[in-house]
Amino acid sequence: MMSVEHLTVRAGTFSLSDISFRIETGQYAVLMGRTGCGKTSLLEAVCGLRRVTAGRIVCRGDDVTHWDPADRHVGYVPQDLALFPTFSVREHLEFALRIRRAATALIKQRVDDLAELLGITGLLSRTIAGLSGGERQRVALGRALSFEPSVLLLDEPLSALDDATRNDLYSLLKKLQVRTGVTTLHVTHNREEAAVLADRLFVLDAGQLVEQTAVK
Amino acid sequence: MSRMDSVPTTHSRLPRRRVSDAVFFGTMSLLGGSYVLLIVAMLGADAYYTTPGHIRDALLKPEIQYAIRLTLVSCSISAILSIWVATPLGYLLSRYRFPGRWLVDTLIDIPIVLPPLVLGLSLLILFHLRFGDFRLEDWLRKDVGFPVTYAVPGVILAQFSVACAFAVRTMRSTFDEIDPRAEAVARTLGCSRWQAFFYVAFPQAWRGIVTALTIAWARSLGEFGPILVFAGATRGQTEVLSTTVFLELSVGNLEASVAVSLLMVAMAVIVLVVLRALHAEPRS
Repeated sequence: MMSVEHLTVRAGTFSLSDISFRIETGQYAVLMGRTGCGKTSLLEAVCGLRRVTAGRIVCRGDDVTHWDPADRHVGYVPQDLALFPTFSVREHLEFALRIRRAATALIKQRVDDLAELLGITGLLSRTIAGLSGGERQRVALGRALSFEPSVLLLDEPLSALDDATRNDLYSLLKKLQVRTGVTTLHVTHNREEAAVLADRLFVLDAGQLVEQTAVK
Repeated sequence: MSRMDSVPTTHSRLPRRRVSDAVFFGTMSLLGGSYVLLIVAMLGADAYYTTPGHIRDALLKPEIQYAIRLTLVSCSISAILSIWVATPLGYLLSRYRFPGRWLVDTLIDIPIVLPPLVLGLSLLILFHLRFGDFRLEDWLRKDVGFPVTYAVPGVILAQFSVACAFAVRTMRSTFDEIDPRAEAVARTLGCSRWQAFFYVAFPQAWRGIVTALTIAWARSLGEFGPILVFAGATRGQTEVLSTTVFLELSVGNLEASVAVSLLMVAMAVIVLVVLRALHAEPRS
């Protein structure tokens, strides 16, 4: 479960005001809104990359509002993916586990399972330089899921992809949700994405949450 | 007649455009080429003036051999020290907004814009200024047993004080070019700031680090004023190649002076070729 309670974030002239919502464990929530309405700022606040002015963020029962990003157990896929240029695909999937000093056998098992689930087993030894948009997206998803986060944040993950790749990734995202049971908050401004993926729908406008709907 | 009929066609303008292009490239090349010509002429004059015999004689002199050794060692140490300082400082200036950042940014430029002689004088005053009973040079010399002024460490410090400013500028622009989002994402994956820096930012900065190292080395090689004032130009003690040129010139040995200058040119060319090679490699 993840909840945001009366969250206020101020950054220069822009602000998110009094945002409150709750996503139950395993739910797939989609946050919609126009460009510049504060969607990315909200995700950054949840994963700890943006300072919160007021309010609380609760993950798995813990108030993580002022926790370091490293301690929140929140996986984050930013819009630009921010892959590591010097890493191979395998190193991306291993990284969070190596940082946590997981056993070598566990790392290998987890990476192999994740690569199979994401359909990137054949890419593991490749560097990210020559990967297509869809492949890069899968690597970023794998990196964020590798440490089994309690919450997964996706910032417009399908916006830069062609229709065929986007349709593939719809199925993949639904499969990931079923297989991992991770609570997901997916930001988009695409109604089709919201219709296909959302269990819950939030609409953000000018820094305020104007709609919350249980889709199915 | 329509208005369009009076507009000349592109075809009819072609000869005039060719003339214009020729004038453009001719003027630009003449103006820019004059400086290139000056450098080539200076190097050519040096090469014409000296002979292989002059260079051999210079290289056989024990004090010049000492100066070559000290130059290689001091330039390498000051370049490594510069990187040691410039990497964290460049990273902090690139990534964080902190109080007094503009002041730090301005202070770093001072060694770049200040006359080198003034920098050497400032170092000399710093080490010899008396604070009550305490004087830095006395403390280092007597209590620590590590004299700096008019000694080899003084040569290295004089070189470092200028070279480091160039290394900081290079490292800052290196980190400016690296996307900070990757480090932010690394922190959500469980990294501390240290780990995000070492595992994500640092490996991407290696080309910039080598560039900064090379620039710092080359700046140290060319340093003269601060070394003369702060470390002196004592033969066989604090003599580096730049001071050798001055010392040989001061005793009227122009041949040795030019031979050493050409040696320095050769060193600088090697450094610049390394730099060009690094930047010629495609960034993937």
